[in-house]
Amino acid sequence: MTGRESSAPETSAPDADGDSARRVRRMRRFDNPWRNPKLIWGAGLLLGIVALGILGRLFWDADLVFTGAGTPRQAPAGFENLRGQAGSWSHPFGTDVSGKDILALLIVGAPNTLYVGVLASLIGMGVGIFLGFSAGFIGGRLDDAIRVGSDVMITIPPLLILVVAQASFGDIGLTAMAVLIAGFAWQSPTRLIRAQALSMRESGYVLMARLSGASTGHIMFREMLPNLVPYLFGSFIANVTTSIVTAVGLEVLGLGPQRVPTLGRVIYDAINSGALIQNLWWWWGIPTVLLAAMFIGLLLINLGLDEVSNPRLRRL
Amino acid sequence: MGRVPLSYLANRLATLVLTVFIAATLIWIIPRLSPIDPADVMFGRMAAGGGSIENSEAILRGLRERFGLDQPLIVQYLLYLRNTFTLDFGISTAGFPTPVATLVANALPWTVGLMLFSLVVTFFIGNLLGALMAWERTPRLWRIAIPAAMVFTSIPPILSGLLLMYGFSTQLGLFPLTGAYGLNVEPGWTMDFVRSVLHHGFLPAMSIVVVTFGFWALGMRGLMITVQGEDYAVLARAKGLRPRYILYRYMIRNAILPQITAFALKIGLLVAGQVLVERIFAYNGMGKLLYDAILDQDFPVIQGVSFVIILMTALAVFLVDLAYPFIDPRIRHGGAGA
Repeated sequence: MTGRESSAPETSAPDADGDSARRVRRMRRFDNPWRNPKLIWGAGLLLGIVALGILGRLFWDADLVFTGAGTPRQAPAGFENLRGQAGSWSHPFGTDVSGKDILALLIVGAPNTLYVGVLASLIGMGVGIFLGFSAGFIGGRLDDAIRVGSDVMITIPPLLILVVAQASFGDIGLTAMAVLIAGFAWQSPTRLIRAQALSMRESGYVLMARLSGASTGHIMFREMLPNLVPYLFGSFIANVTTSIVTAVGLEVLGLGPQRVPTLGRVIYDAINSGALIQNLWWWWGIPTVLLAAMFIGLLLINLGLDEVSNPRLRRL
Repeated sequence: MGRVPLSYLANRLATLVLTVFIAATLIWIIPRLSPIDPADVMFGRMAAGGGSIENSEAILRGLRERFGLDQPLIVQYLLYLRNTFTLDFGISTAGFPTPVATLVANALPWTVGLMLFSLVVTFFIGNLLGALMAWERTPRLWRIAIPAAMVFTSIPPILSGLLLMYGFSTQLGLFPLTGAYGLNVEPGWTMDFVRSVLHHGFLPAMSIVVVTFGFWALGMRGLMITVQGEDYAVLARAKGLRPRYILYRYMIRNAILPQITAFALKIGLLVAGQVLVERIFAYNGMGKLLYDAILDQDFPVIQGVSFVIILMTALAVFLVDLAYPFIDPRIRHGGAGA
């Protein structure tokens, strides 16, 4: 969810329960806005996924992602598959139809998925900051061009253009996919920053800087940019979410990197091999739950950041 | 068109045309940046597919002429634009010699139907829950349950679709796993067929509903809070009207209208989400057509489907923008006219 939607003013709910002790405790906790439960939970979830990628490689054999690493269709430890074979701890999350170890797929695939989202979003933010500032601060013809461009590009669903791109280029790498997705990740930061830059342009400190002869670049990036950091961060997180959704979408359609495991790719393989009918729930289910955890983590971080940067949203 | 100023209309129309034009151009340029020549691949496949079909040579020759493949790139591009804007996308290479337009025309009603159905349900549930979130008389349990349910809205519909398929199809067996209608019914306006379509469409629609209602609910909550403070709401309460009556007739009615503009921003994401839902449910719409085309490397179909979906999205945004001042007379465009 973007900051725009979640920034609606919070209900004045506390009047219903006048539990004063709890209120005091909450007040104290909010002395430090960064100790926000949503932010902590969200960051925890994401760090957990990153830790899975790092620690997993240390304590688990990443080579098990290859075909034939174990017995095919093995259930997770403690469960049985349809043939009644019990799972073992040698493959704690079971194996897929070609014997790939699911745990190893997660360890390698989850950071890949996150990497595509973060990289695409970073590039999109970079372009968005540059274009948004140029449009809002310099104005004129340039502003018109950038505004119309971002308005037009925001209407086009990225997935469809990317399907055409990936279908014609065939197998591409993770970084190339991130760059392609970034082509659709700059519009909303551009609009956001343009709007902010327009309203900041006339504020006192900017006029002051202009009077003291600061260059345009200095005013844009040294004076105004630091004030936008909370917005930028919120927009960045929202963009990571949409980029991952797009990447997973492409992977589920069978496009995207073919040789590198990603969570979307695992789900694609599972659906294509009829994992639902064969009741191989661990194959598609565990990556699905991990992806869901990733999205929920990102959402919580975004909600938490909203509350940190906008004190009116905090429930006391 | 009394209420819509001409400049606004022209502006929206220009954006619509520009959007469709840029999308069409991107769809044309991107394959040509690839080292593989799509025309070669396409005609190679068509020639292979048409081997057993009478006149296939003549059809292919006609196609080459129409695409102007022996002419300079700029002519090819202009021809492409003319063909695309007349919704002529050429011939499917996998289903040679079926025109892409026919395939799209067959798939489109399913997609639009599923989309409208899930949209209506989401709009209803989302706005109702959003209103309940802000309403002062909502039971406590609901006040906790609704925000908790919002967590789902961060999940893309493919994931919710997979989970619903597993729960309601493979485990409980309440709904069919895939397809848009049963194999045992004849398509047509019979009771059996309609029932089968609804039965098959329920899970795909629900997988979209559970992840999108939160968008409406959040917006509605914000709007409800504004409405609650308005004089007419206070007066209604002072008159002693029943709280429920105030909620439905006074608050929701006024809060719901701005929600429609918010919708325009979300159409693109909704469409993309639905394409993927159709793919996992093997639902007979555009998503399945696209997926099959990707498997067969059927380039004309991929381009045609992408273009039609983008066109639909842009048209929907345009219509919402235009219809809005008629739906909500409180809004006037840019202070001009009115």
